[in-house]
Amino acid sequence: MTDVLSAHFKEQAAEAIGNATIQESLDRLVNFRQGRVDAIAEYGQERWDALSQSAREIKRETLEHLDYYLDELSRNVERAGGHVFFARDAAEANEYVAKVAADNGVKTVTKSKSMVSEEMGIADVLESMGIEPVETDLGEYIIQLAREAPYHIIAPALHKSKEEVSELFERILGTPAESDITALAGVARKVLREKFLEADMGMTGANFGVSETGTIVMVTNEGNGRMCSSLPRVHVATMGMERVIPRLRDVATYLPLLTRSATGQRISSYVSFVTGPRRSDEEDGPQEFHLVILDNGRSRMLADPELREALYCIRCGACLNACPVYGKVGGHAYGWVYPGPIGAVVTPSLVGVPKAKDLPFASTLCGACRDVCPLKIDIPRMLLKLRSDAVEGPAETRVPRRVESLMMRAWRRTVAGPRLFSLAGKVTSAAQWPLSRRGSLRWLPPPLSGWTRTRDFPRAAMRPFRARWRKDEGNRGG
Amino acid sequence: MAQKRVSLFVTCLVDQFYPEVGEATVRLLRHLGVEVDFPADQTCCGQVALNGGYRSHATAVAKRFVEVFRGSEAIVAPSGSCVATIHAHYGDLLRGYPELAEEVASLQARTYELSQYLVDVLGVENVGARLPSPARVTYHDCCHALRDLGVGAQPRRLLSAVDGAELTEMKDSASCCGFGGTFSVKFADISSAILREKLHNVEATGADVLTAVDSSCLMHMGGALRRQGSRTRPMHIAELLCEGIEGERA
Ligand code: SF4
Repeated sequence: MTDVLSAHFKEQAAEAIGNATIQESLDRLVNFRQGRVDAIAEYGQERWDALSQSAREIKRETLEHLDYYLDELSRNVERAGGHVFFARDAAEANEYVAKVAADNGVKTVTKSKSMVSEEMGIADVLESMGIEPVETDLGEYIIQLAREAPYHIIAPALHKSKEEVSELFERILGTPAESDITALAGVARKVLREKFLEADMGMTGANFGVSETGTIVMVTNEGNGRMCSSLPRVHVATMGMERVIPRLRDVATYLPLLTRSATGQRISSYVSFVTGPRRSDEEDGPQEFHLVILDNGRSRMLADPELREALYCIRCGACLNACPVYGKVGGHAYGWVYPGPIGAVVTPSLVGVPKAKDLPFASTLCGACRDVCPLKIDIPRMLLKLRSDAVEGPAETRVPRRVESLMMRAWRRTVAGPRLFSLAGKVTSAAQWPLSRRGSLRWLPPPLSGWTRTRDFPRAAMRPFRARWRKDEGNRGG
Repeated sequence: MAQKRVSLFVTCLVDQFYPEVGEATVRLLRHLGVEVDFPADQTCCGQVALNGGYRSHATAVAKRFVEVFRGSEAIVAPSGSCVATIHAHYGDLLRGYPELAEEVASLQARTYELSQYLVDVLGVENVGARLPSPARVTYHDCCHALRDLGVGAQPRRLLSAVDGAELTEMKDSASCCGFGGTFSVKFADISSAILREKLHNVEATGADVLTAVDSSCLMHMGGALRRQGSRTRPMHIAELLCEGIEGERA
């Protein structure tokens, strides 16, 4: 599995905030945001909401009977001549893919963008076997050359300026410097075309796995998914187990939600449907087709009624674009495969809260993510649930926080009645006096010093509201 | 029209830090003919604990809140965020007390953010406020007021009717100010970066006054405006709507 660096969220975030190139690239998210808004306006808000509602309904139904649909999917893939492997975790999935590659004497693997394969960390495994994995999505190719993790679910190289890409190509591919994006894409295309022809195995993800037909559906803009699934001898598709949808016609529900939310497109340039390997009467296509269905912690989410809906996610990236925190810290701060609001839910859920302890807390809970999510996933509520797991949950999810929990206990006693509450106010107000100047404080000791670095803090009132009320009016209620 | 009665839930922040916002709320409601009481046993809605992950503490506080406001006809608070806690989270928090379910639902239906109460319940848009001198005013949409309560149009209607106030929309008024409770301290760098962008939009309007329905967001944005020596003044909507109206003091 790809290493989890989420424990270093704060340092990674600070680095991004201090990096002008990264901040500039994050400003470009506004284009995604606007694209989405326009695309929904064109579609019609009411129609959109109805579509969103049916998509939720389908997911609810499917996850309710996930065992049934996965079984149906697997039988239909096999009927079409493919193989299906259920992997409990990333290690099992990697082992299976490695074996397929070894059995087929594979030397080069072309890959199209897949979050699940990132989650598995399959590229490293193949490399360690002496097999060359080549990312074929332009953005993924760039970050592969740079040896980095994807920055954004939809735009993996969002953080790279064209100058950086040119410099990268120059350094690694030895191509002359280019300042034009089309020219840079041309450079990559030339290299990748050779790899496509050379590859013995293609790996793709699957946006949807249709159980009634055993079809996997890939949504791409560069057509590279189709190249990976049709040119090499062997095609291995990986998907998270929540990607199954019951009927082929359900694609029509999800596709507009996905492309309009992701890039503002009515439909992506390519939508590929793959059902099994090449048939006997067909000239093209792989001789072998394998579908790897990954659990890797998803069953745990499924079993938790408060997290289950996170499995509705279709990875459109809209919540990243809308998130004020992602907009400042970018993708790498989150330290694993899935960044942004959905990453802050998925990462602790899959790898365990203690390994990603900051993520549930690194949110203002503003709710912008829930607003834009085409599946209406209530991410802030899930973050609250994960926070409570970290604070009050069972031993395996708890993260020790002694001082804070002592303070919280004191707080609870304070708010348990008006007497202590008033007293606490008076104490605060008195303690603040020596620090304050004209009603506000410019400096506070840790842990509040973070506030006063950039903001004044108000001084507690000498006479709180309740004292004023009593004095001037008498207490008529309560 | 039958005499309207409301209980003021002043919120812990306003009580201890911004009592004048509480006073303005009372004055405004009385000015509009509403009878106001103040259940003296009230403290906090529990949001602090809920957001910190201390669900069991939040549950205890929520339960207490239900008991304190049991007899109130309607509850009004000068805060979208606290009202949103009651609306969006008391159901979850008090799930372990099925005997309270009905009461919680009724409490939620009776609890209003101030501008929501004025516009949606009283049907008032012009409260009769008049600024001492003309001022440009810009309105920030507090996240929970907007997204959990659907409060956005109400404050704008009220502000538009204020004599001498020129309501000017900022860019991205609905984007978060970066406060998020303890987030602003635990993740101070991120919070400050978000805030910087917000204030850029605020100041670009050339506003004299920045207003909102939550003292917490105003404390956050106002704290930075003050630090920067900005000429834009933060002002809770209750105070702004109180300008120039006759009325007894709280
Ligand atoms: S959580 Fe919603 S908005 Fe975010 S990536 Fe998933 S489907 Fe898209």
